[in-house]
Amino acid sequence: MVKKEMIAMLLAGGQGSRLGVFTSKVAKPAVAFGGKYRIIDFPLSNCINSGVDTVGVLTQYQPLRLNTHIGIGIPWDLDRNIGGVTVLPPYEKSVNSEWYTGTANAIYQNLDYMESYNPEYVLILSGDHIYKMDYEVMLDFHKQNGAEVTIAVMPVPMEEAKRFGIMITDKDRRITDFEEKPENPRSNLASMGIYIFNWKTLKEALLSNASQPGLDFGKHIIPYCHEKGAPLYAYEFNGYWKDVGTLSSYWEANMELIDIVPEFNLYEEYWKIYTKSEILPPQYLSCDSVVERSIIGEGSEIYGQVYNSVIGCGVTVGEGTVIRDSIIMNETQIGSHCELHKAIVAENTVIEDDVKLGIGEETENETDPHIYNNGIVAVGEKSFIPQGVTVGKNSVVFGVTSAQDYADGSLPSGKTLIKAGDKQ
Amino acid sequence: MAGGNNHRIKELTQKRAVCAMPIAGSYRGIDFALSNMSNSHINKVAVFTQYNAGSLNEHLSSSKWWDFGRKQGGLRVFTPALTAESNAWYRGTADAIAQNLSFLKNSHEPYVVISSGDCVYKMDYNKLLEYHIEKKADITVVCKDMPADVNVDRYGTVKMNEECRIEEFEEKPVVARSNTISCGIYVVRRRQLIEMIQRCAEEDRYDFVKDILIRYKNMKSIYGYKIKEYWSNIASVDDYFKTNMDFLHPEIRNYFFRQYPDIYSRVDDLPPAKYNVGASIKNSLISSGCIVNGKVEDSVIFKKTYIGNNCYIKNSIILNDVYIGDNTHIENCIVESRGTIRANSYHKGENGIEIVVEHNDRFVI
Repeated sequence: MVKKEMIAMLLAGGQGSRLGVFTSKVAKPAVAFGGKYRIIDFPLSNCINSGVDTVGVLTQYQPLRLNTHIGIGIPWDLDRNIGGVTVLPPYEKSVNSEWYTGTANAIYQNLDYMESYNPEYVLILSGDHIYKMDYEVMLDFHKQNGAEVTIAVMPVPMEEAKRFGIMITDKDRRITDFEEKPENPRSNLASMGIYIFNWKTLKEALLSNASQPGLDFGKHIIPYCHEKGAPLYAYEFNGYWKDVGTLSSYWEANMELIDIVPEFNLYEEYWKIYTKSEILPPQYLSCDSVVERSIIGEGSEIYGQVYNSVIGCGVTVGEGTVIRDSIIMNETQIGSHCELHKAIVAENTVIEDDVKLGIGEETENETDPHIYNNGIVAVGEKSFIPQGVTVGKNSVVFGVTSAQDYADGSLPSGKTLIKAGDKQ
Repeated sequence: MAGGNNHRIKELTQKRAVCAMPIAGSYRGIDFALSNMSNSHINKVAVFTQYNAGSLNEHLSSSKWWDFGRKQGGLRVFTPALTAESNAWYRGTADAIAQNLSFLKNSHEPYVVISSGDCVYKMDYNKLLEYHIEKKADITVVCKDMPADVNVDRYGTVKMNEECRIEEFEEKPVVARSNTISCGIYVVRRRQLIEMIQRCAEEDRYDFVKDILIRYKNMKSIYGYKIKEYWSNIASVDDYFKTNMDFLHPEIRNYFFRQYPDIYSRVDDLPPAKYNVGASIKNSLISSGCIVNGKVEDSVIFKKTYIGNNCYIKNSIILNDVYIGDNTHIENCIVESRGTIRANSYHKGENGIEIVVEHNDRFVI
């Protein structure tokens, strides 16, 4: 009979609406990061590097990009005869059919999948954080303490603790209490959304709470286990961990990669991050190019100037173009004599010559100030920006735009121009 | 055909077979022939290797990169083996096939494409096959007109009549009488090949060109198929250097990198290239996993190379995984892979290209 010590369940169904246009067509775990990667590459690579070779990926929101990216798991060596990666979408059942209504509900709907591997432990992960972590060390901690549930936590500054789920522990790291986004936090250990469960405990907890609407780990399952008196432990993690849930944190995390010795180092030989790469050729830098403090992906051709930026694969940057503090995703074409300041440009976008992005005074975005802020210009995937237009700060462009969309050839700061929709 | 070594490429093949030589930053020689076969929907491929096959075997560790992970067909690697009948190495190209003739006999495909593994080119073999059938040829040889100033004495040269039938075929002529060369790519009917190879083996002859093409050129109808597209052989230092430098031209890059179909290679899972303060790159190809702190001009830098502060690299090829210490000057050189160049070194090829092979201990980066 098949027996796996620990299998992983990776929650990848969320939209991540605070990333605005970047998640309007793809789920957050499939958003590009660091030039050639996608966010989900980090937990998937952690799994294989930690020796976890059975991973169920739970998808729901806009799964096409995610599915093609994962395929049968070849890039991560997760194409296995027994185990490997399995994509688990919601499905129709004989009595009732429902979407995944909560994190734990999604896991509950896949009890059969987990049962088929007869695991000892189940690792629950979320697909939207950037970090390197050895889950095997966490499992050792779990076993040593005889825990039924172990929650990975990380110390955060006390003033920020109120944004997280906070664990209160005794001196042995056993969890005595927890608080969800507390006003006056009693501890600074924030939950990272990474759990190890004993399979028996998890199964029992899911079955007993099955009828709970919107069944959630933080809100229902963990409290349930705690009330039953199961030993819950907090595993402290002190490495790099970044939630890239907002545009500014996404931008910052990318920019951290270009430091001389970045805190999050992609160049380590023994903890490689794997991704599906279709573009193989080397990059070309022309006679007139200037590139400083940047990382650039395969197959890009740079004829202009790039400073402090993260450039993906297969990108073209035309002559005389200046790019500063920006993120350009795969296969985007940028014409000649453009200027880009603090722009995030998604995949397969075409920007014609003499376009200026991120020019002018900063004003609050008119439609979604909580998403588009900090002076960032956002350009969604497969967009088109016609020749010679100027776009201000905190503004957003998405879809195939034409010169008529820009009054006097410009889109002032804080404006939203979204032309993509279901109609295409 | 991936077994060869060649004295013309000097020290570079001490480490590997010619067809495993890295090309254009991200590829190896054999990727071009294998990708062409995959893209031409040939799904049964045999690779014959013999000389120093370490790098090559590592490169061929999985057939999935070229989409050869098939139940029907797939990629087979044949190295010389001791058997009841034979204890010899491959004594030539024809002998390599002869020693593995059962593979050909047990196949059912009507035609065989033979290609050398050390050529950089893109080709749809289906077009070649159509031509072969149309000409009712026994063997079709892919040929290319070389510019008049190129010395062709290391190739086979051919002369064709108006119908493109090959009338003269000379292997490595001292004085060439034609500037049309054989590209080392052939198509032939499988049964015909088996018959010729068997006859060859009985007569203790081992070479496909000398003992089949040249011997049979009047008996069998051997046709030439001229190509105008890019084709380059990498089996000499100068040609190897030139082939790599060709990729600095936009039209060559466009032809190989951007026009469908693609060339495939083993995926190395390296991070993007990183440029720190002080980096300055002009007209160069940089591969993934590189970290650049210095100046690079008119060069091809292969994967995972570290270039220290204040370095100056000009008109050179730096092969995979080289560490170059600070203040180093490298000009007109090919730096062998996995080398470590100490800080403050100076290398300059004065008369032609210098090959730099260093065995220093690596500093911990």
